Amino acid sequence: MNGPIDAPPSLEAEALCWPARRAPILRGVSLAVRDGEMLGLVGPNGSGKSTLLRLLAGLLPPARGEVRLLGRPLRRTPRREVARLVALVEQQAETLERITLRDAVELGRTPWLSALRPWGAEDDGIVAGAMAAVDVQHLAARDWASLSGGERQRAHIARALAQRPRILLLDEPTNHLDIHHQLALLELVAALPVTKVIALHDLNQAMRCDRLAVLQAGRLIRLGPPAEVLTPELLRDVFGVRAAFVTDPEDGARLLRFLSIS
Amino acid sequence: MTRLAARWLGRAALVAVLLVLAVLAGTSIGETAIPLPVVAQTLANKLYGAGYPLDRIDEGIVWNYRLTRAIVAACCWAGLAVAGIILQALLRNALADPYLLGISAGASTGAVLVTVAGVGAGAVSLSLGAFAGAVTAFLLVALLARAAGGGQGARGAGQIVLAGIAGSQLFNALTAFIITRSASAEQARGIMFWLLGNLSGARWDNVATALPVALGVTLVCLWHVRALDAFTFGADSAASLGVPVRRVQVLLILAASLATAVMVSIVGAIGFVGLVVPHAARLMVGVRHTRLVPAAALMGAMFLIAADVLSRILVPGQVLPIGVVTALVGAPAFALILAHGRTAR
Ligand SMILES: Nc1ncnc2c1ncn2[C@@H]1O[C@H](COP(=O)(O)OP(=O)(O)OP(=O)(O)O)[C@@H](O)[C@H]1O
Ligand SMILES: [Mg+2]
Repeated sequence: MNGPIDAPPSLEAEALCWPARRAPILRGVSLAVRDGEMLGLVGPNGSGKSTLLRLLAGLLPPARGEVRLLGRPLRRTPRREVARLVALVEQQAETLERITLRDAVELGRTPWLSALRPWGAEDDGIVAGAMAAVDVQHLAARDWASLSGGERQRAHIARALAQRPRILLLDEPTNHLDIHHQLALLELVAALPVTKVIALHDLNQAMRCDRLAVLQAGRLIRLGPPAEVLTPELLRDVFGVRAAFVTDPEDGARLLRFLSIS
Repeated sequence: MTRLAARWLGRAALVAVLLVLAVLAGTSIGETAIPLPVVAQTLANKLYGAGYPLDRIDEGIVWNYRLTRAIVAACCWAGLAVAGIILQALLRNALADPYLLGISAGASTGAVLVTVAGVGAGAVSLSLGAFAGAVTAFLLVALLARAAGGGQGARGAGQIVLAGIAGSQLFNALTAFIITRSASAEQARGIMFWLLGNLSGARWDNVATALPVALGVTLVCLWHVRALDAFTFGADSAASLGVPVRRVQVLLILAASLATAVMVSIVGAIGFVGLVVPHAARLMVGVRHTRLVPAAALMGAMFLIAADVLSRILVPGQVLPIGVVTALVGAPAFALILAHGRTAR
């Protein structure tokens, strides 16, 4: 899926730094997420992917720089309005409450509800659709504590979908998933008619993104189409591995093959 | 009228009827049982000037003593149960309860300062002293939690619980210090009685404070039920669901603390309420706050009326401190809940 190339940015980061004191974790990250694209975030452990996503979602206030949502400073947009536009699936979010999977997904409707706009049939439909999209509807009545890691992850994604966001931020959503569900999930996310920013570790999966942003030690060092960004030199410098591209004779797809750590 | 509105009206009516019945039962039962018709006739006389011929003493007992007692009891437990729910949801700690934040310990210290140490030279009532103590303790605990680098999320919640424990210890020690230093045996006994909870002083002016506070904290909480639900996966998750986390935390914790301080200053430190009732309600109606809050408020109100009746009839000729009854019933009930929770997992 290719996003329109010259659409205006829906989410923009300008010279983001965090935190103010202590050693900086993000050092001046600027990037513009295009409307409708799927932007992948890659980088080694601790390079700042999760931190960047939290800043983009407005959960952390930038020490310096600014995040703009549809051209408006995030800092001055009410939380509720942000939540109607942006949904975040965090790397880990757990609870000890005895809720069912459906309860968890229904939380996604929170930004759309109020004391004056109570739960309605429309919300039931959206929740059912979100559960069906990630194939968890048969688990709807199950206790959260009884779900497997992958089932919880899918429930979190269903919760984000129930928010009906225009921008979906996903932090390693394929963690915990078996290979079938990894591929199914990426397919599903790629097909969603929303803007996506997705942190990934599997570089072959990252090749499916429209563009890739590479973070290293809190700096954005590369941004562009996967084929241009993921070069053997970059993999050596950033991840410390020797890698080569091989071509699948079956369909001509280019795959990364990792040879050794360098 | 929509079906939803009709359902809610139906539920609200049911709750109101149950509460009225509980209050009537609490008024009728006691050392000298007063038949329900007499209770009803008294109310009719007082409210509409119906003019039934009644025994003056019976009428006085019903109107000035039993009825106020039942209403104050209902308000206190409803308020404390709601406060418990708020703290458990926001601190994400199943053991959080209004007393954990040092509020009751502070109230005790305030009460002791007034009655024993003579602070205020008789111009300050015990209730006022207790209220001031409760607020002071809460402010201290909040400051301590902040100084400990509280912040948001699970760590912030942990800090405030730890700060509350430290605050409770400090104020309990202060109370003990004042009592051992300057209380006569008579005063010590009186204080002991107050600390264990005492509804016998409940009059109409107490109703005038307890009722608005209980209604207020319940309404504020009901207004925020969705926000409380959103804290299921933590403060960050709530924020990403559009909840203004800081504002909700400050508003609701203040409401819970204020309600607790008021209730404690009226009836003394009745233990366990904010802990047991929400958990019992969760077993019955689940964890979603839309149902949990009204259910817990209602159950709290009814339980305390029942406990109050028990405290008056268990030992003939003597009124047990209400806190003794609630703890005697509450501790086994809580154990049962814990056991049930284990097997249900
Ligand atoms: N609140 C914090 N205080 C101190 N250090 C932090 C904080 N949050 C993150 N860090 C540090 O910042 C760095 C970046 O963290 P971040 O979670 O953004 O990395 P990441 O790229 O998502 O890593 P991973 O691939 O392991 O998920 C890490 O070194 C982490 O230890
Ligand atoms: Mg991460």
